[in-house]
Amino acid sequence: MKQLFSEIFTLVKKDFLLEFRQRSALNSILLYVFSTVFVCYLSFSLVAMQLNPITWNTLFWIILLFSAINTIAKSFVQESDGQYYFYYSLVSPQVMILAKILYNALLMIVTAIFALIIFILVMGNPVQDLALFIGNLILGAIGFAVSLTLIAGVAIKANKSTGLMAILGFPIIIPMILMLIKVSKNAVDGLDRSVSYDEILTIFAINLIVVTVSYILFPYLWRS
Amino acid sequence: MKNTWWKVLTVLLLFYTLIGGFLLEVPRLNILNESIRNLYFHVPMWFGMILLLGSSVYYSIKYLNTQEETYDIKASECVNVGLLFGILGILTGMMWAHYTWDQFWSGDPKQNASAVALMVYFAYLILRGAFSDEVQRNRISAIYNIFAYVLFLVLIFILPRMTDSLHPGSGGNPGFNAYDMDSKLRYVFYPAVIGWTLLGVWLVSLRVRLQIIQHKLDTL
Repeated sequence: MKQLFSEIFTLVKKDFLLEFRQRSALNSILLYVFSTVFVCYLSFSLVAMQLNPITWNTLFWIILLFSAINTIAKSFVQESDGQYYFYYSLVSPQVMILAKILYNALLMIVTAIFALIIFILVMGNPVQDLALFIGNLILGAIGFAVSLTLIAGVAIKANKSTGLMAILGFPIIIPMILMLIKVSKNAVDGLDRSVSYDEILTIFAINLIVVTVSYILFPYLWRS
Repeated sequence: MKNTWWKVLTVLLLFYTLIGGFLLEVPRLNILNESIRNLYFHVPMWFGMILLLGSSVYYSIKYLNTQEETYDIKASECVNVGLLFGILGILTGMMWAHYTWDQFWSGDPKQNASAVALMVYFAYLILRGAFSDEVQRNRISAIYNIFAYVLFLVLIFILPRMTDSLHPGSGGNPGFNAYDMDSKLRYVFYPAVIGWTLLGVWLVSLRVRLQIIQHKLDTL
């Protein structure tokens, strides 16, 4: 068990080091988020008016969804095939998928927080219960990473483009995003927190199910 | 010839469904009126679809464990026929909704969930088309199939129960179960479910045989 954690930790550290040296993925995704938000700002011509909360909330989650697809699609392209054979001889596939999910989750949390800051700066802030909103946002970032990591692996095997990723990922992510949008709408409206407990619990449960299924299925994916 | 009895049974049951479903007496209820007859067509489609998709997952798991080509053919054909049932289910449902809920599409959670389910399985077909290597295709589409089915179950069985739906069994509507279904309906409903499901199995078996022959011809 201890060895498992240390292996996962090493792999996550390796991913972060790679990221830190190249700074390609994180920078490009941050710029992606910023440009998208700015395009929305210009298209809604928001100088004088404010979006109504429903539009604000939905727009935010859709932007985050697209950035998630873009971020996570990259998670298996960074290294060459040769490197994968090397990892294959070193660690078990289970360790590999857990490490990738963990790394993607951390990356998504950073992206999500950044997106929220930019979004509030540019589009105004109608959120009344900011703590619940951020908590839900972190849960959502983890949820995106969890459900899309295996899909990224599948899409990469199919062809080396990211186009397939969106088709495969969107229907899979819908149950999750419906719950997330509902909770964050509750947070925007400042409803009592007990209203959202059911949904938060369901998101947790979906995350657990998806991690388990990925854990079981990834060895078959990696072997090919 | 000893395996034909269930095909004869299918034909008989479906004829009974068609004739009995349109001619036998049904209870008259407000709003529903005669449209209740759609029960014999709409609901069995969903039963058939969930069963076929479930068996597709079963064959995918079998494929991952044994790497045998026939399991992959069975899995993909189950999805094909399951999709056909799903599309028919949505169409019959929309027709029914038009007369009872006044709109073809009213954004009901179960309607949306079934549309998403169809999207998932169309994506599965596109994924299968994206490979040039056959072994790779079989394995990876099997993985996606299993992964998608788990989320599909969450989508259609858990989420609609958390929100109000126009469908029976939620949002204060009477539940759709054996207790309050009129016994006259049951005379046709149960044979209809069995008949349509058997028709699905029959379609799958025909397509699987066709694919296996095709495969043999290709490898000659």
